[in-house]
Amino acid sequence: MVAVNTQKLFSVTLRVWRQSGPAQPGKFVDYPAKDLNPNMSFLEMLDVVNDELAAQGIEPIAFAHDCREGICGTCSCTINGKPHGPGKGIATCQTYMRSFSDGDTIVVEPFRARAFPVIKDLVTDRAAFDKIQQAGGFITARAGSAPDANALPIAKGDADLAMDAAQCIGCGACVAACKNASAMLFVSAKVSHLGLLPQGQAERNRRVLAMVNTMDALGFGSCTNQYECSAACPKLISHDFIARMNRDYLKASFRSAFKAAPANTGGGGA
Amino acid sequence: MATLNSKIPTGPLAEKWRKHKTEIKLVNPANKRKYEVIVVGAGLAGASAASSLADLGYKVKCFVFHDSPRRAHSIAAQGGINAAKNYQNDGDSVHRLFYDTLKGGDYRAREANVHRLAEVSVNIIDQCVAQGVPFAREYGGLLANRSFGGAQVSRTFYARGQTGQQLLLGAYSALSRTVGAGAVDLHTNSEMLDLVVVNGQAKGVIIRNLVTGVISRHSADAVILATGGYGNVFNLSTYARGSNTTAIWRAYKRGACMANPCYTQIHPTCIPVSGDYQSKLTLMSESLRNDGRIWAPKKSGDARTAADIPESERDYFLERLYPSFGNLAPRDIASRAAKRVCDEGRGVGTTGLGVYLDFADAIGRLGEPAVRERYGNLFDIYHEITAENAYKAPMRIYPAVHYTMGGLWVDYNLMSNIPGLFVLGEANFSDHGANRLGASALMQGLADGYFVIPYTVGDYLAGQKPGSRPSTDGAEFKQAEDDVRGLSNRLLATKGKQPVSYFHKKLGKIIWDHCGMSRTKAGLESALQKIPALREEFNATVNVPGSAETLNQSLEKAGRVADFIELGELMCRDALTREESCGGHFREEHQEADGECKRDDQNFAHVAAWEYQGDSKAPLRNTEPLNYEFTKMSVRNYK
Repeated sequence: MVAVNTQKLFSVTLRVWRQSGPAQPGKFVDYPAKDLNPNMSFLEMLDVVNDELAAQGIEPIAFAHDCREGICGTCSCTINGKPHGPGKGIATCQTYMRSFSDGDTIVVEPFRARAFPVIKDLVTDRAAFDKIQQAGGFITARAGSAPDANALPIAKGDADLAMDAAQCIGCGACVAACKNASAMLFVSAKVSHLGLLPQGQAERNRRVLAMVNTMDALGFGSCTNQYECSAACPKLISHDFIARMNRDYLKASFRSAFKAAPANTGGGGA
Repeated sequence: MATLNSKIPTGPLAEKWRKHKTEIKLVNPANKRKYEVIVVGAGLAGASAASSLADLGYKVKCFVFHDSPRRAHSIAAQGGINAAKNYQNDGDSVHRLFYDTLKGGDYRAREANVHRLAEVSVNIIDQCVAQGVPFAREYGGLLANRSFGGAQVSRTFYARGQTGQQLLLGAYSALSRTVGAGAVDLHTNSEMLDLVVVNGQAKGVIIRNLVTGVISRHSADAVILATGGYGNVFNLSTYARGSNTTAIWRAYKRGACMANPCYTQIHPTCIPVSGDYQSKLTLMSESLRNDGRIWAPKKSGDARTAADIPESERDYFLERLYPSFGNLAPRDIASRAAKRVCDEGRGVGTTGLGVYLDFADAIGRLGEPAVRERYGNLFDIYHEITAENAYKAPMRIYPAVHYTMGGLWVDYNLMSNIPGLFVLGEANFSDHGANRLGASALMQGLADGYFVIPYTVGDYLAGQKPGSRPSTDGAEFKQAEDDVRGLSNRLLATKGKQPVSYFHKKLGKIIWDHCGMSRTKAGLESALQKIPALREEFNATVNVPGSAETLNQSLEKAGRVADFIELGELMCRDALTREESCGGHFREEHQEADGECKRDDQNFAHVAAWEYQGDSKAPLRNTEPLNYEFTKMSVRNYK
């Protein structure tokens, strides 16, 4: 494939968090990143820097990435203090070097939260999100048991709102942006997506109780309504879903108190 | 020589799957928990398979190399999923979806598999809605559809431009439910590095934990690979950077046949390459071709901006060449047409490798808000990458590698030629022939996982004694683990000068130039000289820093690129021996006067299934004839 660089090249200094393992102390280290094309993505810049480091006998910077189109939720750098960097409504992988200027020092860290321990350099362990999903982020529907898809009309507005919530890519920027490292935006997006749909009603109470209780148990903080989460979210998911979840949680708590349906078994009543 | 028995059931086409389901063996419910099944991968096919098998009562172990099963690249599919629901009352049917898919694949897929796919497509939509997938709806509350390439009905279900994401999150939710219930033992950050074959049957895998570097052995009664496609052999593609061929390649080297590896799909509408640092190409969904019109200047070397080129000097080449399908011509055909236009010097953009995808007419007809509602997120992606506003000026697009139709050979039960080894989704070769239609990959992944494997794995397990899976202390397990450690150590010990990316780029260029959109005998022969030389250079000069006992992304990449180099050679060999053009495989020597594919049904109406013979020997080319009992193999005509 042809490569034509018509853009003016520039250079920056990277100040990167280096940490060789979960138990080792970490520190910032400066590396030059030279002759950058503004059309490079931020992660492509890291690729280039890593090849140079390896050539000098320095171990490359470990960073999480995969799809590089903003949908898989793997990439997770805090750039100049902002999860996913300076852009609005994008993930780290969708940040392009044209967002920076010649001579800039760019500070790159992992997402920071007690529930996301650092594995190495910029890579963190976000398994806590999976555990929350496993506690209740689903509608139980065995393959083979479903009725015809059009048997259940859903108002377009409800379906659209459910989709707004369902767009969450599970990256954890909301947690990293929150001073309390709260996972309320992430959990509320899933609770709202499923709770807005008629097929999600049977498990609605059980779901919100199980997911919120698991979230609390995993060491995420509480929400104090600063909404940094929505501002950092690559899908711009609205904090309104947090309010919706709080209502759901309160209702479910009352109902479960009277109906005695344990949150972590399949017996929740609607 | 491998035995390739397709095991297609007898009887009328529309009855085969129903009949087969009633005839295959069952495992009694109390015995199911005595069988352990390993599922590798948790994309659409893997996650749906793992949760469905766990729901049936089997013990399931699921391995994914990502940090979470929700990251699999199924998540990036944009446009939609086909199903023969005929909710639009526009004449769709199971037969029509079957026929379109078979024809779209240029008559190089099995009739019976494709028909089954069309049959279960309707169940998939039901299943996904029941799970809470928020498909697009009309104001009346019923499901909406859009059109896609290669079809003249509207049968594609979608969730904005994120259909793959929503379907994967549906499958992930089912997997999460079964993990939470203790029915699936999920291992994240776990890469399969070898298949273990005991007495001719697949009985386990070797796994490397990517975080700790620990290598472990796992035995099972059956192994299911749902590890996706191998398009990253081209280096630049629309695949995620981590997508790789390692699981299926190592299975190939343990005796599983690799079928039609040269069938790769080049998607016509991707954002063009901008520089040599590039790591990834981004797709602009085929759904855009519903409303976007593709054109190039009539004049070669026309340097004016799109706005300055008057209507009379524009060539809407797909509409001109294929009036009945127009901009919705199948992917292989649209890609080659764009390539020809650029080869004539009529390409646009600084590289000359691009054509326009123009929404001016649609915006004029529907208004910008309606276009934004349909495609807003795609326009946003385009803007992020190119810093251009596609509402004001047309997008520039160029074909890019997007999907691989080839993969491990499987029979009608999705079992490879190694008994006990099943292969699902893009990792197998079975349903798309030589070209896949849009919105069919999601359909196949979920069909395999939710509705095929739950039946067919039971048929195999019923013949295995419960509790007979071998101990991981056996010689085969030890050998496989030693091989894995040996490869890691060799890569780390080379200590050469070149980074892995150097080899990946070089390989990608060889494959793109010689085994890409158009192929020639001379080109393929030269690639078959260059690739072994590249392999030698890799072995001698690769630099893999770090150690094997920690997270080491360079080591991961090195292992994967080593496999890609070998696979690339096999792809070229396959393309060289297939002396015809069909679907995504275009041999310049075999074309009609108007540049269309010239198939050779007399000599090549078969699957080529390659069998590994050792590193120093050429692989064996086995064939499975394709018999068309119910459809006539016609020349594909989209004019």
